[in-house]
Amino acid sequence: MSDQPLLQIKNLHTSFFTESGEVKAVNGLNFNLDKGKVLGVVGESGSGKSVTAYSILRILTDTGKIVDGEILFKGKDVVKFNKKEINDFRGARVSIIFQDPMTSLNPVYTIGNQLCEAILLHTDRNRKEAYLRAKEMLELVGVNEPLKRLKQYPHELSGGMRQRVMIAMALACEPDILIADEPTTALDVTIQAQILELMKSLQKKMGMAIIMITHDLGVIADMCDEIIVMYAGSVCERGTADEIFYNPKHEYTKGLLRSIPRLDSAGKKLIPIEGSPIDLLNLPKGCPFVARCDNAMKICLEQKPEEVRINDFHIAACWLNYKERYFNEEVQSNE
Amino acid sequence: MSNTNDASPKKLIEVNNLQKHFVVKEDMFTKLPLKAVDGVSFSIDKGETLGLVGESGCGKTTVGRSILFLEKPTGGEIYYDGNLINEKNIYNYRKKMQIVFQDPYSSLNPRMTVADIVGEPLDIHKLYKNKAEREERIAELLQTVGLNSDHSRRYAHEFSGGQRQRIGIARALAVAPEFIVCDEPVSALDVSIQAQIINKFEELQQKLGITYLFIAHDLLVVQHISQRIAVMYLGKIVEIAPAKELINNPIHPYTQSLISAIPLPDPESARNRHRIVLEGDVPSPLHMPSGCSFRTRCRECKIHCSQEIPELKEVSPGHFVRCFER
Repeated sequence: MSDQPLLQIKNLHTSFFTESGEVKAVNGLNFNLDKGKVLGVVGESGSGKSVTAYSILRILTDTGKIVDGEILFKGKDVVKFNKKEINDFRGARVSIIFQDPMTSLNPVYTIGNQLCEAILLHTDRNRKEAYLRAKEMLELVGVNEPLKRLKQYPHELSGGMRQRVMIAMALACEPDILIADEPTTALDVTIQAQILELMKSLQKKMGMAIIMITHDLGVIADMCDEIIVMYAGSVCERGTADEIFYNPKHEYTKGLLRSIPRLDSAGKKLIPIEGSPIDLLNLPKGCPFVARCDNAMKICLEQKPEEVRINDFHIAACWLNYKERYFNEEVQSNE
Repeated sequence: MSNTNDASPKKLIEVNNLQKHFVVKEDMFTKLPLKAVDGVSFSIDKGETLGLVGESGCGKTTVGRSILFLEKPTGGEIYYDGNLINEKNIYNYRKKMQIVFQDPYSSLNPRMTVADIVGEPLDIHKLYKNKAEREERIAELLQTVGLNSDHSRRYAHEFSGGQRQRIGIARALAVAPEFIVCDEPVSALDVSIQAQIINKFEELQQKLGITYLFIAHDLLVVQHISQRIAVMYLGKIVEIAPAKELINNPIHPYTQSLISAIPLPDPESARNRHRIVLEGDVPSPLHMPSGCSFRTRCRECKIHCSQEIPELKEVSPGHFVRCFER
């Protein structure tokens, strides 16, 4: 039991039921998260990365529903948690920081009030202890003059400062997993650097696992041990950072890596992925990426690709890998 | 642009000591000046792309808007091809200068069809003789940006972000401009779509010889598309240099930290490099520090940095830096 992963997502399907039909935002997602690891989830808007996070915490909007699948936290299925269990789970075991720190803090309460609320709710500290803990947390995340900040309102702080407060709040109850949903997208480059360095050092200090959701391949490369590339609600590719960046095996990942400007790319033409992102209301029968793929085959139109194990650290869902492997096996058997 | 041609490249845009000060009411009695742009000077050669980078609030967008008189500058001069632009003659120059906005969702009128959006500049500047010519021109513009003429009857909401940005570009191209201000044109787009639009800009430059002022906060994008880059901090240019030179040999401490903070899409180099993390936040432009505006976050700040404002000085050909310590 000791090598059981901290979080196991099995065949997760989350859909939104809208007037125009069922939007399959997450469509058969599988992954494991080990203790103390940083997992990056990368994908374009609409690829289902945020919905995955909301599904784990069960904070989907009214129209959203987990249709199928299991979310196992230390072996227990979060989907089946009752109200009390889920309240204990949120905040205390798993917490989340959102993209926009302005809208995720309550403007009419002070920072101290909001920090203490989280601590009082999830631990058995009394009011005074909670206040001290809040101050300690602000110090930990590098907020200067913590005593003054505790009495201030969110609008009095800068964007970077607010994101630090959000991190302090998320970590106040020492969760096992921190979900960071585009934590630096709304911030400037120099502030982004501060927050990323802070998250790295806190991860080392406190040892929680992080699920880092972002569209920025640079942030992913910097932070993550393992990476999941998502497209249209399913995993294209999953593997260690080095495998994904240096040995991509899915046409979408390859396309993404080709299309970003690099420091030595000036003067060279970027190679974009042609076409537009997919319409989730009308998912194709086969591979969701087929319409934009240069190397699409007949089978890609008809059947959704299965996950192929490339090596111990790498899985990809692309029929091309099947072809390669099948071809290789055939060659070997002929020899 | 190389200088090896026998005639040195012609300056198309020259901005001289541009200032844009706003007045902000702090309470009932106190009014504070907000120096959004404070003495910015640069020039852009014909067919060149000048990148303008900086953090939010540094005044980069205001510079772009001021050149087109979308904001009336409070000081300084702007020359187009050697001619001074002012409020009276800007109408004529809008045929030559256009802008592409950041947000393709709010910069297109939802009640207008694509044909009307792209055709509006043609109507305003009376660039066609009859209806057939107008339609032909619209179809041609849509094709240039990679859309087809069937799209012209549709409304903006029917398009994806990348396609909308193409409509915005088609609108800017309608008057056949020589100069386009691109204000964060790709930052609202997904990575795979960004490359499509960047390539489109480059292709148009090669085909039509358009000059760009490319405003963005993403240094990876800017260094890819620009020949020269200017870095702004709190309303002033702190460093301006050819793109390669600026990336490989940044001199101002602010530029150095900006470049070291670029998230590189490469795990190997991310592991091996040393990031210079700046302390603190950008000061409020309402309460600017005395002297060098960067001194509050600078590691090499000396006493005289708080007393005098450094001038932009040339450290090597074409490379200007605003710092006492260099």
